[in-house]
Amino acid sequence: MSGSQPTTSGSPSDSPLPRAHPSGRPAAGAREEFLRGILAEIPLLLGVVPFGLIYGVIAIQSGLTPATAQAASAVVFAGSSQFVMSQLVAGGASGVVIVVSITAINLRHALYSASLAPHLAHLSAGWKALLAYLLTDEAYAVSIGHLEADGPRVHRHFFLLGAGLTLWASWQASTALGLFAGARLPQSWSLDFTLPLLFIAMVIPQLKDRAGVAAALVAGGLAVALRGLPLGLGVLLAAVAGILAATPLERGEA
Amino acid sequence: MSMGLTLLAAGIATYLTRLSFIALAHRGTAPAWITRPLRLVPAAVLSALILPAVLAPQGMLQLWPLSPRALAGVAAVLVAWKTSSILLTLVVGMSVLWLAGLLLPG
Repeated sequence: MSGSQPTTSGSPSDSPLPRAHPSGRPAAGAREEFLRGILAEIPLLLGVVPFGLIYGVIAIQSGLTPATAQAASAVVFAGSSQFVMSQLVAGGASGVVIVVSITAINLRHALYSASLAPHLAHLSAGWKALLAYLLTDEAYAVSIGHLEADGPRVHRHFFLLGAGLTLWASWQASTALGLFAGARLPQSWSLDFTLPLLFIAMVIPQLKDRAGVAAALVAGGLAVALRGLPLGLGVLLAAVAGILAATPLERGEA
Repeated sequence: MSMGLTLLAAGIATYLTRLSFIALAHRGTAPAWITRPLRLVPAAVLSALILPAVLAPQGMLQLWPLSPRALAGVAAVLVAWKTSSILLTLVVGMSVLWLAGLLLPG
């Protein structure tokens, strides 16, 4: 992601001394970085807010209580895994299966964590704990280009904070609105079907290579075959089998 | 496991994946034997949820004639493939589902 380069950040990195920016400012201050982070995140809310609304609606229709659904947005704070949780709860899955599934889907955050780590290494434990909580696909997407850019970087982490908090607040608010609306929509509209449709919209653009397609076909086919297994175990086994079957293909293309 | 405990465990596990490398202040990137399988996680998990919901909504596999849900799923795959738009996929998929529900028996 390189679409969020700063336009007014400080001196070039090859400068021999910590010099003032040509405009007279040294480096972007904490407040300026924070505001830039918020501004960079705003366009993404076009996608995130409807997603949160739909999550609220689906969570209610899947049988989650409003308190549980809202708590999931605060405690788990990862959209696609919350949709999966709703689906599993609706299907009567056990707690263990739900926890394992959510964790598996959210393992990708470890990749973001690895990518950001060098840029946050100088921060205190408290900062690291806070920024890790706010680390989402969307916050990472808009921040990584800025964090990697040349120039003074003392306050760069405020950019990530601004982007992350903006997303967090939008996700909580849109969840609440969706919960409010979801309790008032009739079952006959089959709105539960928006869930597989959303998954289709998320997964199809990702199927760019043989490995991705193989993982999807093996996992999907096995999940249909194993649909009789209780507690959502079929989904879990199918997904693991799909990943294992497709990983060697990916190695071949790397 | 109660719903509250389930949520707490899932939240802690998710948080630890986010914190992992940041807390270790690890320089560089994760090794390939971790990143290769990880990249396939969304495609595998989501497909394992999609296909049963589309092809066997009540547990019964129905391939022919296509049920309204299967028709809507096929339409959604085409729209997602051509446009990559979440909103369009949703609108077209639900429209096909409702139309097919009106026109087809069952």
